[in-house]
Amino acid sequence: MSLIKKQAVIIGGGPGGLAAAAELKKKGIDDLLILEREHWLGGILRQCIHDGFGLSRFGCSLSGPEYAGRFVEEVRRLGIPAETDTTVIGLDSHRTVIAVSRKGLARYQAEAVILAMGCRERTRGALAIPGERPSGVFTAGTAQAYMNLKNKSIGRRAVILGSGDIGMIMARRLTLEGVKVEAVFEIQPYASGLPRNIEQCLKDYGIPLYLSHTVTDIKGAGRLEAVEVSRVDQRLQPIPGTEKIYPCDTLILSVGLIPENELSRMAGIEMDPRTKGAVVDEFYQTSVPGIFAAGNVLHVHDLVDFVSLEAERLADSAADYLRGKRIPARIPVSAGGEIGYTVPQHITGTRDVTLSFRPRHPLRDSWVEIRQGERCLLRKKYPRLLPAVMENIALPVSRLISDSEIKVVTVNE
Amino acid sequence: MNRTFTCILCPNGCEIRTEYQGTEIRSVSGNKCPKGAEYVEQEITAPVRNLTSSVLVENGALPLCSVRLTRPVPKDRLFDIMAEIRKVTLQAPVQAGQIVIPDVLGLGSDVIATRDVEPI
Repeated sequence: MSLIKKQAVIIGGGPGGLAAAAELKKKGIDDLLILEREHWLGGILRQCIHDGFGLSRFGCSLSGPEYAGRFVEEVRRLGIPAETDTTVIGLDSHRTVIAVSRKGLARYQAEAVILAMGCRERTRGALAIPGERPSGVFTAGTAQAYMNLKNKSIGRRAVILGSGDIGMIMARRLTLEGVKVEAVFEIQPYASGLPRNIEQCLKDYGIPLYLSHTVTDIKGAGRLEAVEVSRVDQRLQPIPGTEKIYPCDTLILSVGLIPENELSRMAGIEMDPRTKGAVVDEFYQTSVPGIFAAGNVLHVHDLVDFVSLEAERLADSAADYLRGKRIPARIPVSAGGEIGYTVPQHITGTRDVTLSFRPRHPLRDSWVEIRQGERCLLRKKYPRLLPAVMENIALPVSRLISDSEIKVVTVNE
Repeated sequence: MNRTFTCILCPNGCEIRTEYQGTEIRSVSGNKCPKGAEYVEQEITAPVRNLTSSVLVENGALPLCSVRLTRPVPKDRLFDIMAEIRKVTLQAPVQAGQIVIPDVLGLGSDVIATRDVEPI
């Protein structure tokens, strides 16, 4: 197997990989290759036929295929090569990429590797729901692929577990297609999806959302016949005596997304247990020099617009890297108080940066402070902070007072 | 009357506290942009929604083509439009932006394709 040299290999042809590739090319990096596991470019957007994409990036509301289409067209117009039906099965810290396709194995030596593998859904197995193993239990994305790509009806009477955005969007889609959606059950005391989706996907169609509830039994021989739902206490444990049976032939799980980082781990990249993505600096460079990550593989986003914008920022810094620019990022950034995580986790302190974060719980009228030691560098008041909504805060370099650790914290007043 | 609306026009999902009588708005607060006030006014007078779905494609590389409306329509007509969409079968090739149903049910909105579907 010969070794093919590339300036940059982009793993994943979804919105993150496409945006990174196009931006790299525009910055004069010509020797690029996109590797994509599926037959088509566009990633998960191909099956997200609902609208609301592109408001930040393009200033108008597009459906998923339209949004992806714009980037696919641009990548084609720029003449960037993409190998589809090609799965990357190996990556090491020397940036050797091994890919497999029907043509056989290929080995690439890249000066820079862009990780844009996205994320995948949590499944029934991860939740350990007791009960039988009938057909009719789907993750929201699988249900979406059957309905929107394959034209397969998935059932007639559905229950949805988890209030993630895709689950709520599927509740609406199923209702419009004549399927009875009984309810959405969420184990947490708050919704995990965006408020607008509760409004336009559930309330518009009279679909009830029960918080602090979960599925505690799955019944059915062959095909799903019913689920048992229980209320949960503050420790999220089912409360005996609150069980209720919901007859249904379909259970849809919308219970979280997990960045798909098997290749990152294989390459020995340092991971952040909170984001389940790589630890990166402001250039989106991981702990392995020359390997960069952006989009859902780095941290799960609510909006594809922010995936594209993040991937474009990554590409700008990867282009600088390929031209020999290296600035060590020595200042650690961490989360405190009610803040769950921040990205990036290290910065150089040489230029303005944008910090992304999410709160662990919903908060109202909360102050967020960026601190170095006891000194507050910046503070901002948020009328509402939700785990469902990733926030971005700009930190001008002029505010920094030293090279000591930066903390993003909530403050109670 | 007092009611809090969740604006659906963008992902901010502003909570807009509204005081109104019938269709007359006395005050709105909590919206980050002027569109929020327009949204509330529309919701109180005649709520509208966009609709996305898919239509059958014959002789295409895919069995379906995703579609959407070019402008929002009265909320209570969505199921009527779904019935119209179900009647349609397209022949590949389909091009993104192609009109699938012009002026659906006379509501002043077209159903358009949102992706290309190549012929087999």
